[in-house]
Amino acid sequence: MASTHNAHVEFEHVSKSYDGQIQVVRDLDLTVHEGEFLTLLGASGSGKTTCLMMLAGFEAPTSGTIRIRGRSVHDLPPRKRGIGVVFQNYALFPHMTVGGNLAFPLEVRGIDPQQRRERVRRALQLVRLEGLEDRRPTELSGGQQQRVAIARALGVEPSLVLMDEPLGALDRRLREEMQYEIRRIQRSLGVTVVYVTHDQQEAMVLSDRVAVFRRGRIEQVALPETLYEEPERPFVASFIGENNLLHGRVLSVEHDISRVEAGGQIVQAFQVGPCKPGDPVTLAIRPERVCLAPKPELYSNRFEADIQDITFLGDHLRLRVAVCGSTDFIIKIPNIVGHGAVLAGDRVQVGWTPIDCRALTPDEKE
Amino acid sequence: MSSKRPADGGVFALFGPQLRAVGLVLPLVAFIGLTFVAPLATMLSRSVYDPVVAAALPETLRLLQAWDGVHVPPEPVFETIARELRTARQERSLGRVATRINRVRGGLRSVLTRTARRVREAEGPAWRDTLVGIHAAWDDVQTWHAIRRAGERFTARHYLHALDLERRSDGHIAPRPDEYRVYVSLLWRTLVVSLSLTGLCLLLGYPVAYLIAHAPPQRANLLLLLVLVPFWTSLLVRTTAWIVLLQTQGVINSTLVALGLIADESRLAMIYNMTGTMVAMTHVLLPFMVLPLYAVMRTIPRLHMSAAASLGASTIQAFWRVYWPQTLPGVGAGSLLVFILAIGYYITPALVGGRSGQLISNMIAYHMQTSLNWGLAAAIGGLLLAFVLVLYLVYDRLVGIERMRLG
Repeated sequence: MASTHNAHVEFEHVSKSYDGQIQVVRDLDLTVHEGEFLTLLGASGSGKTTCLMMLAGFEAPTSGTIRIRGRSVHDLPPRKRGIGVVFQNYALFPHMTVGGNLAFPLEVRGIDPQQRRERVRRALQLVRLEGLEDRRPTELSGGQQQRVAIARALGVEPSLVLMDEPLGALDRRLREEMQYEIRRIQRSLGVTVVYVTHDQQEAMVLSDRVAVFRRGRIEQVALPETLYEEPERPFVASFIGENNLLHGRVLSVEHDISRVEAGGQIVQAFQVGPCKPGDPVTLAIRPERVCLAPKPELYSNRFEADIQDITFLGDHLRLRVAVCGSTDFIIKIPNIVGHGAVLAGDRVQVGWTPIDCRALTPDEKE
Repeated sequence: MSSKRPADGGVFALFGPQLRAVGLVLPLVAFIGLTFVAPLATMLSRSVYDPVVAAALPETLRLLQAWDGVHVPPEPVFETIARELRTARQERSLGRVATRINRVRGGLRSVLTRTARRVREAEGPAWRDTLVGIHAAWDDVQTWHAIRRAGERFTARHYLHALDLERRSDGHIAPRPDEYRVYVSLLWRTLVVSLSLTGLCLLLGYPVAYLIAHAPPQRANLLLLLVLVPFWTSLLVRTTAWIVLLQTQGVINSTLVALGLIADESRLAMIYNMTGTMVAMTHVLLPFMVLPLYAVMRTIPRLHMSAAASLGASTIQAFWRVYWPQTLPGVGAGSLLVFILAIGYYITPALVGGRSGQLISNMIAYHMQTSLNWGLAAAIGGLLLAFVLVLYLVYDRLVGIERMRLG
C-alpha cells in the first residue's frame, strides 16, 4: 500500500495521438501516490508505454495535463524532470564500462570524480553487483544488465522511477528473481515506481496498485486483490486471471442482486453499477468458484450442465461444460479425495453463489 | 598395418571439401594475380629497377667502376663507350638509353645521339679527342657521373626524384634546385586536399546518415536512393554536370548575375581550379562516407539518446558522450575509405581541376602517358601506397581495424 496519500503524479484528461486520427491514449485520468508501486498493465498497443513516455518527457500529450508534485511538467525537458527511467532493452551504453554507465548521470551533473566513484560503488552494492565496474555491458548476463540499468536509473536518487517492461527479455526464473529484487529495492529506497508490463502475474507480484489499460483508456485502477475479486469491467474480469463470461439481459434488480436471463436460464448475480430491466449485462464467474453438486441451501444458482471434456492438470481438474448458453464454461475443481468421479459426457449439477457472479456492463465492441 | 593406413575414402573425405574450396576460389585468385598483383608488382619494381642502360653499356659501366670520379676517365673508357653507343644505335636501343641518362642530367640526350651518329666516321686511336670534338660535354666529369648513375640497375633515384631530392656527384643526398621542385609540394597539396575532402564529407555526410538511419523506413529508402543515385550515374556525366553548373557562363554564375548579386565582369571562378576539384570530388566521394556511417548508426538504438536525456544529459552531452562514440567505427571506416580514394583520385581533378586543381595522381598519369618516365610514375605511386599503408596502421593502432565497419 502507498505509505502516504499525497499525489506524486497526476494525469488529467490526457490524450495522445501521433497522426491526428488514432488516439493512442484517450482522456486519461490517473493519480500515482507518493511512494507507491503502480503498474500499468495492458496488451501491447494499449497506450501504457505511451503514458510512461509522456511522463518521462519523451512524448508530449496532445491534450490534457501531467503534473508531478502538483507542478505541470509540459515545459520541462526529460533531463530536468528528475525521473529515473529503466528501458525495455536496458539501453546501457555499450561503449562504456558498467562503472562508466553508472557514472554518466553523475558526470553530466558535474559531480566530482571522488564522490562519483563512491556513489557508483554504493549503487552497485544496492543491486548486488560489487566489483563489476570495469566490465562492459555486453560481458554481463541479461539479469546483470538489468540490475545495472536499475542502478543507473537510481543513480541520481530520483523520487520517481519509471520502468518499461524491464523484465521482458529475461527467462521466467530470472524474471521471478528480479521481481523480488525490484520490490526489495523499491521498498528500501521508498521511491515511487510506475511500472509497465503486459504480464498480469508480474503486476500482481509487484504492485501496490494496478491500472488496467485497454485501447488507450484505463478500465480500472485498484489493488491486485480487488482487481481479481471485484472487477468492474468484463475486460478486467477476463484479463486478470481466468473468468467465464456469460451474456444476458437484466430482468429485475433488487438490493444489488439482479435476476439475469442467460441462455434460457435465470441467474442471480451481484449487480455492479446502475442498470435497469432490459439492459444487456455480462456475467463473470471465476472457474474455481463453481461447485459440482451444490447444496441448495448455499447455492441459489444451480443448473444442469453437460461435461464436454476434462483436462487433468495435476493439482486441479479442468472441466469444460455447456451451461447457460455457453459451451465453453470452465470449471476448476481441486484434485482432492472425492473428486474425479466425473467423466466427459456426464450430466452434472453445477452451482455458484450470487456474490461470485458479477453482472457487469458489457464492453463496447472493438 | 592396415589399421594405420586410413581407407582411401577417408582421405578423400578429409581433403575433398578443402580441395573443392580451393578449386572454387582458384579462378578469382588467378584473375587477381594476373590483373592486379602482377601489374602492381611490375610497376613497383620499375620504381627501383631499371636495367636498360646497364644492358646497353655493360663494358663502359664496368670500366667506370674503377674510375676515380675526379678527373675525366682514361682513354679506354672513351673507346668502349664509342663502340657501345654505336652498337646501341644499330640495335635501336639508343633512344631509350639516351632518355634515361638525360633524366639524370639534362641536355645529355643530344650529346649521346649526336656522338653515336658521328662516331662511325671518326674512328681512330684518339677517342677522347674525337668525342670531345663531337661534343664538349665529354670533357665534363658530370657527364660521366650521370652515365655511371644511370647505369645502376637498382636505384633509389626515382624515389629521390619523387621527393624532390637528388644524389650529388659526391654521393650525398640534397634537395634539387628550386625550379625543379614539384613533387613534394604536390604531394602535400594532395594530402591536404584529401584530408579536407575527408573532413568535408564527414561534415556533410554525418547529418545525412543520421537522418537516413533514424527516418521511418519508407523515407529512409528514398533518402538512401538519393545518396546512391550519383553512384549509378557515370562519373563523366556527373563531372560534366558540375562544369555546366560552375563554369564562368554556367548556371550558378548566370543566376547570381541575373539576381544582381555579382557584377557581370566579376563572375566567380569556381571551376578549373581547386574549388572545382573540391566541389566535384566531395560530390563523388560523399556516398563512401554516408554508407558506412549509415550502417553503423542504424545499429544504435534511439533509446540511448532518450536514456541519456533521462539521466540528465543535455542534447549536446548526449550526442558527444553517447551517440558520437558509438559511431566512431563508421567514422573511421568512412574517413579511411574517402581518404584512400581521394589521395589517388585522377579523373575528376583532370577534368575540372585546371592548373591549380591538379593532384599527384595527375602527375603519375603525365609520367605514364606523356613523358613515359614509368620509373618515376611507379615511385610516386609507391609513395602513395606507403602513405595509405601508414595511415591504415595508425588507424589500426588507434581504433583497431577490427572495429571498422563498412556495412
